[in-house]
Amino acid sequence: MRKISSAFAVAAAVALMGTAAQAKDIILGVPGAQSGDLASYGLPTVNAAKLVAEQYNAKGGVLGMKVKVVPQDDQCKPELATNAAFKLVSENVTVALGHICSGATKAALPIYKESKIVLMSPSATNPELTLGGGYPNFFRTIARDDAQARLAASFAMDKLGAKTIAIIHDKGDYGKGFAEWAQKVVEESKKAKVVLFEGVTPGAIDYSAAVQKVKDSGADALIFGGYHPEASKIVMAMRKKDMKIPFVSDDGVKDDTFIKVAGEFAEGVYASGPKDISGNPLHKEAVEAHKKAFNAEPGAFFDNAYSAALALLNAIEKAKSTDYDKVVKALQTEYVETPVGKIRFDKQGDAEGVGFDVYQVVKGQFVKVQ
Amino acid sequence: MEYFFEIFFDGLTRGSIYALIALGYTMVYGIIQLINFAHGEIYMIGAFTALIVSGVLGALGLPGYAILLMTLPVAVIYASAYGYTIEKIAYKPLRNAPRLSPLISAIGMSIFLQNYVLLAQTPDFLPFPSLLPPLDVVDRFHGVLSSSEVIIVVTAALVMAGLTAFIKFTRMGKAMRATAQSPRMAMLVGINVDQVISLTFIIGSALAAVGGVLIASHVGQINFYIGFLAGIKAFTAAVLGGIGSIPGAMLGGLVLGWTESFATGYVSSDYEDVFAFALLVLILIFRPAGILGKPAIQKV
Repeated sequence: MRKISSAFAVAAAVALMGTAAQAKDIILGVPGAQSGDLASYGLPTVNAAKLVAEQYNAKGGVLGMKVKVVPQDDQCKPELATNAAFKLVSENVTVALGHICSGATKAALPIYKESKIVLMSPSATNPELTLGGGYPNFFRTIARDDAQARLAASFAMDKLGAKTIAIIHDKGDYGKGFAEWAQKVVEESKKAKVVLFEGVTPGAIDYSAAVQKVKDSGADALIFGGYHPEASKIVMAMRKKDMKIPFVSDDGVKDDTFIKVAGEFAEGVYASGPKDISGNPLHKEAVEAHKKAFNAEPGAFFDNAYSAALALLNAIEKAKSTDYDKVVKALQTEYVETPVGKIRFDKQGDAEGVGFDVYQVVKGQFVKVQ
Repeated sequence: MEYFFEIFFDGLTRGSIYALIALGYTMVYGIIQLINFAHGEIYMIGAFTALIVSGVLGALGLPGYAILLMTLPVAVIYASAYGYTIEKIAYKPLRNAPRLSPLISAIGMSIFLQNYVLLAQTPDFLPFPSLLPPLDVVDRFHGVLSSSEVIIVVTAALVMAGLTAFIKFTRMGKAMRATAQSPRMAMLVGINVDQVISLTFIIGSALAAVGGVLIASHVGQINFYIGFLAGIKAFTAAVLGGIGSIPGAMLGGLVLGWTESFATGYVSSDYEDVFAFALLVLILIFRPAGILGKPAIQKV
């Protein structure tokens, strides 16, 4: 027991020393998955924050203050996310870039709100985080989940002309959420009918019966919410049963593994995914900087995170203050050029100008549909 | 009516695979009263071996059916070797230990094998070549039946018929039945019980490997985790049919396959597992020993 309390004392002392030394810095907290099985989602965000901070520091910092990046691991787990948030708040972060997963973000948000700290996530897509309206301190540089479903559903109805649509999902949060939004969009538009709405068990040995049911429903198009392993099984079963109806899915399917696994059967499949930003010079610049600094290709959500870091620091610069209300106002009024495009934030905290495109597999590659 | 038959054949295909794996559970349980939780992993290893072998043979430019004919035996032998070794390493030293010990050992083995394949191969999904040749006769009924479904059902039926004949008519089969009744008595009349147990594991693993290769080439993809759910479902099938009973495992597999398919086809795939396990509960309430299982008689 004594050992533990002395360890606490040391930790507290170190923390105090830390805060004292950083009093004049802008502290950019980066909470998110930095270890565990989802680390690959969170680590690129830390790199992005470091690169942006370096870039500002090289120019003399923001408003004359150095930017200091403080990563904090939450492994995408809500219970660890609250710990991470308390830790960052106790270290007097100015603004925070994270969390990575929606669940973790939801859990940690009240803590930042209480302490009046702006939190900007590069990757949390749960619609309720902004639509709920409870968190004026929350912003994000990624489009909401329903944005994707909205796009997929209207693509199926307007571009593909589907009148009857079958919707299948994998019963998971992501897939089912996508499917339910798509269903809502289709039903509200009254342009088409949802003839089948069902979940399949991920990992089941085959989906022949479910596919048979889609066939029997006479749907003109199938919308699938979920990830690529189930998607490839379903597409392959459909094509083997001579079903040629379009298969429209989400970002979880827009993955090269999908094409690798489904092979020739992947041809013609539609999947929505984040807007193609490969032509944006800022994007190229960010990727180059990453390659130079870390000698590797950037990973998931890197561009969103890089953009979020730019947006945050830009807002502080424009607001000429680290004051919460002024920063929030600057985020909502000032446009900023970022790798994901020229953005500012709406009243709810969603980035205007960020979104999804529909892609199609053509000759073994995802190509943007015009 | 066409829809009914489509669903019926989907269930039959799925059920045949469940039955092939369930046989391994039930045979092992019949002889040493152990639930071999690592059995699902044998199925996965069989499929992985087939993927590697067929990759090599495919690179040599052999036609599909030749690859299948050469791949299947290799996968079967390799998986059997795993089954044999698992028994020697994880179960034999614990044969006289309390019954929970080998059960825990089995679970450990299952986790070990999953992670071994994860590390030695890949955590990703891999495409599996469709080795089952298209049959012109069947393809005329395209939509109702697919040739891979027919091949799976026929192969499973042949393998199970072979197994039944083996158990019924050969000396070794007789020895297995004797050991299942009472290992000690079997030992007293001169049966090499260790050998019988090893053989049981080998046969069970071989059947699982056949199932693994068939289903992998039907659905076209595998990863290290496919054995888990398949194993749970096959175990359910074995209990449904009456664990320890060989015809019971076959029947249990088919009943489970049909239950799932018809639940999906006529109710909703959301409730596929609900129906499968509700059926299990109902059968265990009214026939605690399973459909074909014999009620346990206290041996005195």
